[in-house]
Amino acid sequence: MVTLNINGKVHEIDIEPDTPLLWVIREQIGLTGTKYGCGIAQCGACSVHLDGAVVRSCSIRVGDLQPTVRIVTIEGLSDTSSHPVQRAWAELDVPQCGYCQSGQIMAAAALLAQTQRPTDEQIDAAMTNVCRCGTYQRIRAAVNLAADLA
Amino acid sequence: MKTSAGREADVSRRTFVVGSAAAGGGLALGLNTYAARSAQAQNAAEGPAEINAWVLIKPDDTCVIRIARSEMGQGTRTGLAQLVAEELECDWKKVTTESITPGQNLARKRVWGEMGTGGSRGIRTSQDYVRRAGAAARMMLLQAAASEWNVPVGELTVVDGVIAHGPSNRTTSYGKVAAAAAKLPPPDPKSIVLKNPKDWKIAGQAVKRLDTADKLNGSKVFAIDVKLPGMLCAAIKDCPVFGGKVKGYDESKILSRSGVRRVMHVNDTAVAVVADTWWRAKSALDALPIEWDDSGNAAKSSATIAELLTDGLAATRTNGEVQNGDALAAIASAAKRLEAVYRTPFLAHATMEPMNCTAKISAEKAEVWVATQNSEASLAALSQSSGLPLNRCEVYRHDLGGGFGRRGGAQDYVHQAVAIAKEFPGIPVKMIWSREEDMAHDFYRPISQCRMSAGLDEAGNLVGLHVRVSGQSINAFSNQGAIASGKDMRQLQGLYAEPGDAQLGYSVPNLLIEYVMRNTHVPVGPWRGVNTNQNAVYLECFIEEVARAAGKDSVEFRRALMADHPKHLGVLEAVAAKADWGKPLPPGVHRGVAQFMGYGSYSAAVAEVSIDPAGKLKVHRMVLALNCGHAVNPGQIAAQIEGSVAYGLTATLYGECTVENGRMKQVNFDTYEIMRLAEMPKVETVIVPTYDFWGGVGEPTISVVAPAVLNAIFDATGKPVRSLPLKNVKLV
Repeated sequence: MVTLNINGKVHEIDIEPDTPLLWVIREQIGLTGTKYGCGIAQCGACSVHLDGAVVRSCSIRVGDLQPTVRIVTIEGLSDTSSHPVQRAWAELDVPQCGYCQSGQIMAAAALLAQTQRPTDEQIDAAMTNVCRCGTYQRIRAAVNLAADLA
Repeated sequence: MKTSAGREADVSRRTFVVGSAAAGGGLALGLNTYAARSAQAQNAAEGPAEINAWVLIKPDDTCVIRIARSEMGQGTRTGLAQLVAEELECDWKKVTTESITPGQNLARKRVWGEMGTGGSRGIRTSQDYVRRAGAAARMMLLQAAASEWNVPVGELTVVDGVIAHGPSNRTTSYGKVAAAAAKLPPPDPKSIVLKNPKDWKIAGQAVKRLDTADKLNGSKVFAIDVKLPGMLCAAIKDCPVFGGKVKGYDESKILSRSGVRRVMHVNDTAVAVVADTWWRAKSALDALPIEWDDSGNAAKSSATIAELLTDGLAATRTNGEVQNGDALAAIASAAKRLEAVYRTPFLAHATMEPMNCTAKISAEKAEVWVATQNSEASLAALSQSSGLPLNRCEVYRHDLGGGFGRRGGAQDYVHQAVAIAKEFPGIPVKMIWSREEDMAHDFYRPISQCRMSAGLDEAGNLVGLHVRVSGQSINAFSNQGAIASGKDMRQLQGLYAEPGDAQLGYSVPNLLIEYVMRNTHVPVGPWRGVNTNQNAVYLECFIEEVARAAGKDSVEFRRALMADHPKHLGVLEAVAAKADWGKPLPPGVHRGVAQFMGYGSYSAAVAEVSIDPAGKLKVHRMVLALNCGHAVNPGQIAAQIEGSVAYGLTATLYGECTVENGRMKQVNFDTYEIMRLAEMPKVETVIVPTYDFWGGVGEPTISVVAPAVLNAIFDATGKPVRSLPLKNVKLV
């Protein structure tokens, strides 16, 4: 049995402790906004926040998480897509297919929580998620816009 | 595998032929069949009234526009809705869209025409009939108001879905007259007059996409996210050696694992584990000992494949030619001769959403939930694999988490999911490929080599050009009917003599372009931009070598060959102007240029790069010009061009699938590297529509990305790069 605090709600889950957090979020909790992309922490499609820091949930075993850790997924970022990052993404029409964007938004939100007005270099260093549609130019602009909106 | 892929292609070809016919008379069909339906629609209180197959109006004036093509990020859903709304004269703020299913299309005699979405065709091959549908609906709505008020329809005006009769100072709205309009006969198709695109107010504008909101909060349901009552999940592993089979496996090792329901063969070549969750299925499959029969292909490697292609460079028999004059003689007697051999590798699509499909099969009905670029090919695959007739099959299509050509005609994942779900009658089974499976079993961009030869006269004029492409054929793998008398022109895409689609932009007095087919055991298929990508590298990098050998400026040398190709030249001039071609750059920064045509559109690019003393390349800025004839949504065209830079640059910098022991070596993003944000150059887009044709948008500009960058590197180092990707090339 594993205890997880996801988006402010405590879940008791009967699951093998070596199951990746990503798959518990998707299959046991049923929140599918967090995506599977590679399973080896390369692409960032599965990005979520653990106590505010962005992590790649495909490579974290639920058995290694303390019950007190606050896990936030894209569904828990805001109630009405009102987080500055979500507003900036909407304003600049960032997504194309959209599959990687949950992870991109979670990475950007964590960056801005830590660094109110990141430099280009800080954006480069923090935004390492893969987007195959190639929305990178708009992501960069939207991170800057989100800093304005925050 | 080949045989079945061929059959699938046959099915999609047949449907394409039917689709093309329907496109020609599509509206007539639509307007003849809508009437019975719209009567039904009105019976539903407060429901939308179906004015015709494409347009539904709700009492609150909401306008529902039906979309037949697939959305995979390219913005077609929004663009098609803009075209319908433009003619409909509705309020854009009240437009929503609805995806039709291939089962509905079939049931209504393909009233929505072709659903396949590839080859940058989504808008250009449906623009005429969707605009006509919008116009016909407007005419019916106006007629309904005119009849109600008993005034001549010619006295009515409409703005944003509000109909006005000036003389009597009355107004009504589309929502109020929709029910009456739906009962009217459709207008005579000959009476429909489409707007001049120069008068567009909704189309032609950079309106925002209609499908962004649910991509921002995790609520969008991709096919991989489908949840159905009682659903099981399957993980699958196909023989890693292409062409191989399953010899055996020891299921006793995993059957006792938690959640595991079954271990099974799938179509002789694959093994699947079905469990209550995908993670349990996947980890059980990873723990399953499987013995494979490699069918003799394990000795094949990138080295043996390279030999095969090199052999093609010298072969006497060719499989497709473009020719004028006598290139070989002209080059042999030229004052200056050049020759170079170029190479490009296999590439995987690597869509962010791995292949997946959910299937539910019973004796009465077969259903799949799937991301597909060709819903009707999915329907055909479902029918074929389930054994149920088409009218008992349905495909619930989900917007794609990336397509890039991978999710087109082949539908291999649908066949697999159906084969698995057949073992669980009435129970939905969701099959998901791991990333490793996705990259080990792609239909790869075909590998090729190209020998280029040219002759210059004493004044530095190009007198002869010989292009010989030796490589694998997509048609030979999946569409053999397109090869006539051993000739397969598709591999020469972008080098054609004929105008209209993918024409060579240069006039050369003596020209010989040849394709030599050399097929491997690796499955190949269309990869965003298809053969324009490789051919643009070969042509545009070699033209650069020739220009430099002639001692001429890169743009000037090209311009001199393009007098007969004003549209090719137009984008070259546009990109040169925007990129300040010829003007000084900061120290250490170098420019390169390229132009090419594909998918009915004209593209050109200028890249600005620098190389540090350690040999590390930085692409600072790319300017791209596109003439796609009509620009339906300039904002989304810019997005496609920006995206094509990322897709094209990834291939240029990193993209390579190598074969070892008969299988692909790169099976995840740690070895198949993808460009990240830090490497994204500043992209500037110049859209230069000439309003006299309809060209594609999703693919054309990728082709010019690699050659522009390679030509800038050539300018920086003085050495041409002739082999991709750059990660294997020492720049200093």
